[in-house]
Amino acid sequence: MPELILTPHLADPDGVFEALMNAHRDLPPDASRRLDAKLVLLLANHIGDAEIVKQAIALASAPA
Amino acid sequence: MPYHPPRYPHHPPTDHGARHPVIIVGGGMVGLATALDLAQRNIPVVLLDDDDTVSIGSRAICHAKRSLEYLSRLGLGDALLAKGVTWNTGRVFAGENQVFAFDLQQEAGHEFPAFINLQQYHLEELLVQACQSAGVDLRWKHRVTHATPDGTLTIETPHGPTTLHADWLLAADGARSEIRRSLNLPFVGKVFQDRFLIADVTMQAPFPAERWFWFDPPFHPGGSVLLHRQADNVWRIDFQLGWNADPEEEKRPENVRPRVQAMLGPNTAFELEWVSVYTFRCRRLENFRHNRILFLGDAAHQVSPFGARGGNGGLQDADNLAWKLAAVLNGNAPETLLDTYDAERIPAADENILNSTRSTDFITPKNEAAHAYRAAILELAAHHPFARPLVNSGRLSRPATYLNSPLNTPDDATWQAGPPPGTPAPDAPTDEGWLLRRLPPTFCALSFGPAPALGLPTLTLPPQGPAATRYGASAGDLYFLRPDHHIAARWHRPTPAQVAAAHRRALCQS
Repeated sequence: MPELILTPHLADPDGVFEALMNAHRDLPPDASRRLDAKLVLLLANHIGDAEIVKQAIALASAPA
Repeated sequence: MPYHPPRYPHHPPTDHGARHPVIIVGGGMVGLATALDLAQRNIPVVLLDDDDTVSIGSRAICHAKRSLEYLSRLGLGDALLAKGVTWNTGRVFAGENQVFAFDLQQEAGHEFPAFINLQQYHLEELLVQACQSAGVDLRWKHRVTHATPDGTLTIETPHGPTTLHADWLLAADGARSEIRRSLNLPFVGKVFQDRFLIADVTMQAPFPAERWFWFDPPFHPGGSVLLHRQADNVWRIDFQLGWNADPEEEKRPENVRPRVQAMLGPNTAFELEWVSVYTFRCRRLENFRHNRILFLGDAAHQVSPFGARGGNGGLQDADNLAWKLAAVLNGNAPETLLDTYDAERIPAADENILNSTRSTDFITPKNEAAHAYRAAILELAAHHPFARPLVNSGRLSRPATYLNSPLNTPDDATWQAGPPPGTPAPDAPTDEGWLLRRLPPTFCALSFGPAPALGLPTLTLPPQGPAATRYGASAGDLYFLRPDHHIAARWHRPTPAQVAAAHRRALCQS
């Protein structure tokens, strides 16, 4: 079964974080929320594997 | 031209305390179809209905291909095609813009379209006429007020009370089933916190015969709207109102008319045929068979209307149950065959409930996150094909496939193509008409090339051509079909003994 990657996998983590923050910078809360939803949907489709997406949902939903 | 419902004659009961082999309670489309199917199998049927007419109001309109194939087998196919509005295309709009369109009939070479739209009252009129011709004992104005687990019915009529006993009692008495209540059976599930205004409107309008669904249109901001064309220039319009709407206020004509006029524009004249306000539920009985009482249609399971899964699911119940009950009553099968009604129709009901629940959850977002995701999907879908399958305005009724049915004989060889056991037999054109029209409503065989002598009605088709392609078949291949035209088994060059064994298995004889 495929496994969600939980080891570092981004070549430029700071650059990805910066791009996310820039996208949200001037948005009111509802537009910000919609942006995140679009991102999740785009990335989920790119991944294409529902099991991986569900593993990510479970991990994100677990108490910290 | 307003619809004038027929009034059927009702008579004083004369057989107080009589016992009948089969009593069906409920003369809606599911009860009537079951009665007709049984009568055509020479089973005497008494049908009790609490009214003396057809279903009035905004009921089922979208009849799916599989229902049409079933009703065609019962003899109503030509009348339905002539009277109904054929459609295959759906469109989804968000705000002022079309997001995408979809075609539900993906391939040519089937007699029936993906759907026809026809008011339930028209279908029921056809079924009543056919039931009368087939000798069904239709008893109007017979209201069942109590049923016992052994099939004793307490009945009120305008002529006084009466009692009947049923060897087999079929409860097709709808979402508010009195039989279900008498037996104290839990009917649990989910209520959706939303209200919908359903208006049937008569008008001359330029919309095509398609399913149109709007999210947040300019003429009804913040809600969804669904539009369907029916026969006689009647249109079904479905406005989402929200949970806080007042049903009594909303269905007053002076409040409905401005909503419809805003949608149609100021120059379209229309008349309101029927208006109601609904809250939707998804729920089912734990079991549909309770010894010799069997539940069908809305009495057994209830769904929201997005997806047309209520009426079409109910007709598949009728199709599944009628031949099995006839086989038991004729002594051809043990009563355990009726356990397979549960085994096949409960998963089918669950599939309908799952799809209907998901659609209703998309149409009625429960919280801010659900709103945000829906808005995100609709925005993305306008530009990117990947997001269109995420838009859920209703997943339209598909025939159930009984892939795990105990009545199937599993494949004993590899098949590269064609429908596996449990699947409804697909239609195809043949040199002598549509394939499904050529099959009898009994156990039968479909042979590609010459078949061995089976002692079974056998339709022999050429091993090349559209039907052979659709069935993935070549010379010597044989499909064995149940009376409801679900595939029970298939082989490459079977022996008569293999076919006989599959026949016994499909009747629970082994």
